[in-house]
Amino acid sequence: MAETLIAPTAATNPANAAASLIEIENLSLYYGATKALKNISVKLEEKLVTAFIGPSGCGKSTLLRCLNRMNDLIDNVRIEGLMKIGGHDIYAADVDVIELRKRVGMVFQKSNPFPKSIYENVAYGLRLHGVKNKSDLDARIEQSLQQSALWDEVKDRLHSSALGLSGGQQQRLCIARAIAIKPEIILMDEPASALDPIATTRVEDLILDLKKEFTIVIVTHNMQQAARISDQTAFFYLGELIEFGATGKIFTNPAQKRTEDYVSGRFG
Amino acid sequence: MTPNPNNESRRSHGWMGIHRGHKARPGEWLAEKFIFLVSLSAILMVLLIFLFVAREALPVFFGQTNTALVQKPIPPDEMDKHSAAELEAYLEITPDQLAKLPKSTLRTMMDIKVEAQNDIPEDFRNDPDASINTTEWKYLIAPHKWTDYDKPEYIWQPVGQIKKFNIIPLIVGTLKVTLIGLLFAVPLAVGAAIYVSQLARPRVREILKPAIELLSGIPSVVVGFFALLVMATVLQSIFHYQTRLNAFVAGLALGFAVIPVIFSIAEDALTSVPRAYTQAALALGASRWQTAWQIVLPAALPGVFAAAVLGFGRAIGETMIVLMVCSASVLSWSVFDSARSITTTIAAEMAEAVSGGPHYRILFMLGALLFAATFVSNMIGDFVIHRFKNKLEGKR
Repeated sequence: MAETLIAPTAATNPANAAASLIEIENLSLYYGATKALKNISVKLEEKLVTAFIGPSGCGKSTLLRCLNRMNDLIDNVRIEGLMKIGGHDIYAADVDVIELRKRVGMVFQKSNPFPKSIYENVAYGLRLHGVKNKSDLDARIEQSLQQSALWDEVKDRLHSSALGLSGGQQQRLCIARAIAIKPEIILMDEPASALDPIATTRVEDLILDLKKEFTIVIVTHNMQQAARISDQTAFFYLGELIEFGATGKIFTNPAQKRTEDYVSGRFG
Repeated sequence: MTPNPNNESRRSHGWMGIHRGHKARPGEWLAEKFIFLVSLSAILMVLLIFLFVAREALPVFFGQTNTALVQKPIPPDEMDKHSAAELEAYLEITPDQLAKLPKSTLRTMMDIKVEAQNDIPEDFRNDPDASINTTEWKYLIAPHKWTDYDKPEYIWQPVGQIKKFNIIPLIVGTLKVTLIGLLFAVPLAVGAAIYVSQLARPRVREILKPAIELLSGIPSVVVGFFALLVMATVLQSIFHYQTRLNAFVAGLALGFAVIPVIFSIAEDALTSVPRAYTQAALALGASRWQTAWQIVLPAALPGVFAAAVLGFGRAIGETMIVLMVCSASVLSWSVFDSARSITTTIAAEMAEAVSGGPHYRILFMLGALLFAATFVSNMIGDFVIHRFKNKLEGKR
């Protein structure tokens, strides 16, 4: 077992370049009395695409939502262990979740543009974080729509409602909205599961493109998708992290029997 | 057992069944038709009520009522020289009555009329007001300089020798009280709805929501009583105005009655905004307050507006509270003066109005007016809501 499951944790100092961007140590999460995540330890590197795979209910989305503290919204959730992003414990008492979420963006399974114009959808996050100047806004909006490969399709109707876009366009708008505020990490919760194959391809191309600038963590049910776009893959089963490693290795030569059974389609 | 070929041909086989239409499920068909009829009857009821109100009010619209005290008497002997319409107006009876009543009764009625004219004191006969018909539209709507008044005024004074039926003070009173009520109730109710649906913890919500909705169960007479005794005194000691019972107190009390209506509908509208919007906003780094205010409220605006329109309908139709708290029919735009609303006027005066008389007709005319106002406000509300919805959904 070559890869990073039990990688040495030398440095926790943020200044140290050797430190991973995301460090999760012995993290457990409880919904009431149910233990949904069991003692997860993993380190995710900067500017890589990490895929979380596993059967439904294995905790991969739950872990993803821990990364920007979206689980805070659910009652009766209790978290133990340590989760550090850029060396900062994000569950420390003095953490402002708003600042955290500015740095850790999220794209959801079902595209959820606001019932506002295309322009306003992207502008909303920017305004929240203090971009007020009209020309700055325009530039940032164009840039992020360009980056999400949507600009050419919507540049003539920026001020019409976002709900008039197709499903795939809506999802790319959500990605544009997330990257507009320039986060460091983008979390994607099955971003293509509700899209047709062509729209899915476009979103996947987009993810590969965004990798140059952002660290991406993606939850997916589609193993071909994980194999196509990710650099590292983590396999979860019943709340446990079974195996974590380079995507090529997980899919061709997994160390664990259960991983092999899952990626070869024997269960799940 | 071998099947009887005759019997066999009657039963549906294979594709034959598709031609049975609704006969296959008569129970469902009947239930559906019955429900349709019930809903139709609701429309019919509304129509019938409106027709009834409008019919009673029609003589006012056609100028068939006359309140002039001093009229040119028609001697009973000259009865045949006048047309049926003239006699009806003179004796204040319907065509039906005119046809059915025996000649002798009509003669007696005309005698009484002549005697009544002769009984009017001489000095009163010279009062110009005594010979005008105060139910004409110009007296109902425009100000008039009555005898002993310095300037033209809007006066609602349906009792006394000369009945003054100017409806403007009532309309102003209604609007005044309703608007104060809404100005008070809409922000509070919508704010409470935002808090309960978006910001409150589940435990707080479970207590607060039924508590506010319980307010709507308080009979308006109780609210009125409370306003009359407690609110009026407390508010006067705070604001130091002159008239203890005024439109301001009535409006606030009205607001209490309207809050649960607006709250309930606005809360539903806010709660039904997809959680996906909230999550998207929070994930972008919006605070809960920003999410509620900038994302959820705009998305729920059609529903919140509908709540306000419904609240308007409830407020303009509320009778008891305004009746108890203030009811002087003075024309004044000041909120610290008294006011008399249309509903209050109808409730308070219908019992003493002579059935079929001018006062009675005008009260019905006010009812029809109220009906029209509610109808129009609902229509406008519906139109605006559709506009909002289409805009939100990206349709033009």
